[in-house]
Amino acid sequence: MRFDVRVEVRLRPGIADPQGATIERALPALGFAGVDGVRVGKSIRFAIEAPDEASARNQATEMSLRLLANPVIEDSDVEITAVSAAGTAPVAGAVR
Amino acid sequence: MTTRIGVVVFPGTNCEHDVVRGLRIVAGTDGAAGPAGSAVEVELVWHGADSVDGFDALVLPGGFAHGDYLRPGALARFSPVMGAVTRFASDGGPVIGICNGFQVLTEAGLLPGALQKNSGLRFLCTTVPVEICTSRTPLTATVTPGTVLRLPVNHFEGNYICDAVTLERLRDEDRIVLRYAENPNGSIDDIAGICNVEGNVVGLMPHPERACDALTGATDGVGLLRGLLAAASSGRSARSALATA
Repeated sequence: MRFDVRVEVRLRPGIADPQGATIERALPALGFAGVDGVRVGKSIRFAIEAPDEASARNQATEMSLRLLANPVIEDSDVEITAVSAAGTAPVAGAVR
Repeated sequence: MTTRIGVVVFPGTNCEHDVVRGLRIVAGTDGAAGPAGSAVEVELVWHGADSVDGFDALVLPGGFAHGDYLRPGALARFSPVMGAVTRFASDGGPVIGICNGFQVLTEAGLLPGALQKNSGLRFLCTTVPVEICTSRTPLTATVTPGTVLRLPVNHFEGNYICDAVTLERLRDEDRIVLRYAENPNGSIDDIAGICNVEGNVVGLMPHPERACDALTGATDGVGLLRGLLAAASSGRSARSALATA
């Protein structure tokens, strides 16, 4: 089966995010008041062939831990969508 | 007996010639005569090499290895040469990572922690006072702890971070090699450089190789590179003695 995978990589809580802080300071200048907690991360997308969703998820999780994210400073979430089963909703799961 | 130092070049590395020249200046082999046949030879090692045999010390210089894609240093560990670098390090050979080289060493797992974006989101290109905290590494062996050197820094991701347990270990095991006297980037505990447990692998953000020539305004890096040369030279003598014993 073929799955679409989206891995979201973001800084762990407590890790300073100067990019997020800068954006947060800029938004009020455009009239967006009341915004806080801005965090900047990365979204990595790819497709993978795997026998089932669990296998696809396990592989994406392993990729996140070993390459896509640096566990010292980053967390990641894996979101998987089966391409062959039309209409399947994304199933999200957190990786710590 | 010639001492050989390898300077590892990844696609995107850009400080390799500064390192070569700095080491040659300190070794006294810079100039028209060139390094060939002298007591110290400094050579570039392309990242595709699968061996570092014959070298007595390795330097991973600054720059943007593999374009800093994904994260600085993240892809360099897949370069063929890194297997050889890792074996060289575990055999006790001196390995020094400067700036991007430090990032490569943390991503490759040879040093703990990580280097994140500078606090303040500013690229730093300046000269900062840095205190030498230990003389147990090849780089700092000839410098008295407590000495403050003025060294150039030139980075965007130099803000060192590690978990509390790791930080405690670094302190207890005398592995914090350099600290900023004035913290420019938000590094935890003012850390500018650390080493592995054995002390032979060192990573630092400041550039000692850019402070080796009075012509360019600073010579505070000379003592550090001299220490590296001495460690490389004595390592070669020790191996040679073993081989002939």
